[in-house]
Amino acid sequence: MATITTDDVQHVATLARLEFNEEDIAEFTHQLARILDYIGKLNELDTTDVPPTSHPLTLRNVVKEDVAKSSYERDVVLDGAPSVEEGYFEVPKVIE
Amino acid sequence: MMLVDFSIDIPSGEQNMASKYETVIGLEIHAELSTNSKLFCNCEVKFGSAANTQTCPICLGMPGVLPVMNQRAVEYSTRAALGLNCKIASYSKFDRKNYFYPDLPKGYQISQYDLPLAYDGYVDYELDGETKRVRINRIHLEEDAGKLVHADVTGNPNQSYVDFNRSCVPLLEIVSEPDLRSPEEAIAYWRAVKEILEYVEISDCNMEEGSFRCDANISLRPVGSKELGTRTELKNKNSFQHVLTALEYEEKRQARILDEGGEVIQETVLFDINTGRTASMRSKEEAHDYRYFPEPDLVPFEVDAAEVERIRASLPELPAERRQRFVAEYGIPAYDAEFLTATRQMADFFDETAHLSGDPKASSNWIMGDLSGLLNNAGIEIQDTQVTPDHLSELIQLINDQIISGKIAKSVLPDVFETGNPPKQIVDEKGLSQISDASAIESIVDQVIKENPGPAQDYRDGTQKAIGFLVGQVMKATRGKANPQMVNQLLQQKLSG
Repeated sequence: MATITTDDVQHVATLARLEFNEEDIAEFTHQLARILDYIGKLNELDTTDVPPTSHPLTLRNVVKEDVAKSSYERDVVLDGAPSVEEGYFEVPKVIE
Repeated sequence: MMLVDFSIDIPSGEQNMASKYETVIGLEIHAELSTNSKLFCNCEVKFGSAANTQTCPICLGMPGVLPVMNQRAVEYSTRAALGLNCKIASYSKFDRKNYFYPDLPKGYQISQYDLPLAYDGYVDYELDGETKRVRINRIHLEEDAGKLVHADVTGNPNQSYVDFNRSCVPLLEIVSEPDLRSPEEAIAYWRAVKEILEYVEISDCNMEEGSFRCDANISLRPVGSKELGTRTELKNKNSFQHVLTALEYEEKRQARILDEGGEVIQETVLFDINTGRTASMRSKEEAHDYRYFPEPDLVPFEVDAAEVERIRASLPELPAERRQRFVAEYGIPAYDAEFLTATRQMADFFDETAHLSGDPKASSNWIMGDLSGLLNNAGIEIQDTQVTPDHLSELIQLINDQIISGKIAKSVLPDVFETGNPPKQIVDEKGLSQISDASAIESIVDQVIKENPGPAQDYRDGTQKAIGFLVGQVMKATRGKANPQMVNQLLQQKLSG
């Protein structure tokens, strides 16, 4: 089995702003280990001469022209927001 | 998150640490590119619009949208990278940097991790007459975040407010090696980068509007040590003065901690403009863990050598080369060259004026002196004035041809500045040209001698300097328009006759 600890799972959950009980954490630890094992099969291949793949497509340099077009109406943009104030999205106070 | 004031009182005169520790600073400089549209969508890039009026589903991070790379952003990045002496990567890709913050609607920022657009550059900058070099580790392209505003919007101090107009604006990040050895060096390097980016015309580098800002890392180590000490980081600063003050404070604070046998904690510190101190920003979350992975929505980039050479050939002469040429070609002092190349527009103005007038030193003196004074008073830049190189060279020629004196010229320039009229026209209209007609001056000279018998006699009796007073009187009577040499000559003739 791949080495993944309950601490790893807890850390990833924290980064993703998710909360789980101990039972769930144990279950996910087991599941993630199995997934890593499965992916680990790739390690059996000899990839010495294979360049690292960052993208499955062979496309390169897909670009748009630098032309400004009209944006969305602000009312439409803000319509789905839970809280709005004077044209801004309102969120809990943050500092930095 | 809580703020903890370091509350260390450091006498402003304390400088003795300089001998014991070496300061090590690296900068991450951010410049917004002055493209027309955003990096991945067609919303306009423009500062100062009403909140959230330049947004669309792409820059708001709605699910299911597809970003497409702005071609000009890649070209501008390449221009900047070449101006900063970097190598351009033949293959580069984009990655997702994952973190949660309210100004980042997708929950990740599209940036570049292991394969940035450019790498291995350097910048030479001047400090106290010495040329120094900073190596550049890498330059990458990313999207800017939205802008958070606080209580000032609604007066409610318990909420924050987000404007996504800035979200997805193309942002270049220039990462230096930790080659800077003092806060002054850091600022001089930062200024040099600003100059270069303005010269290659890829960013307006407007610090007040936040389109040019930097993060600074600072650490100390014992003199002679090769290992880097623990650093602290100052985030997102857009003022040379604030960064200078903050770095100077951090330098002293870290020295104090090391002196007392303590350990510097690696963290982000906040700078308080009002107290001139930094404070710790102890975040509850531990070290950042951005979990970068390749951006599946953008395909990789390949830039071919021919394209790089085409862009290189289109670059203007950069500030450092230009300074050298000004000294060599025009024979002006290095100090003048430094001043005149501070902006590309001023350097262009000088270049043209020196050419037209054939008198580089006078051109330099007028630009650095009277013209800069007028610009400062009006609070505008050289490209915004009605005065043109044509005007200034005409003014210089009027002096050199002895049509007006330097003193009259000083009164003509403000008129040109106000009206945009050519100097010659102003001189003609106001009747300011020097009286070089000997007969016209002669009668005034006679008059002055008659009215000032005392000084006239003093001169006849051998008091040479008495003539100065008489010259002054003639100039006064002609309201400065008489040719001073001619007045002098005539007085001598009359008095010794």
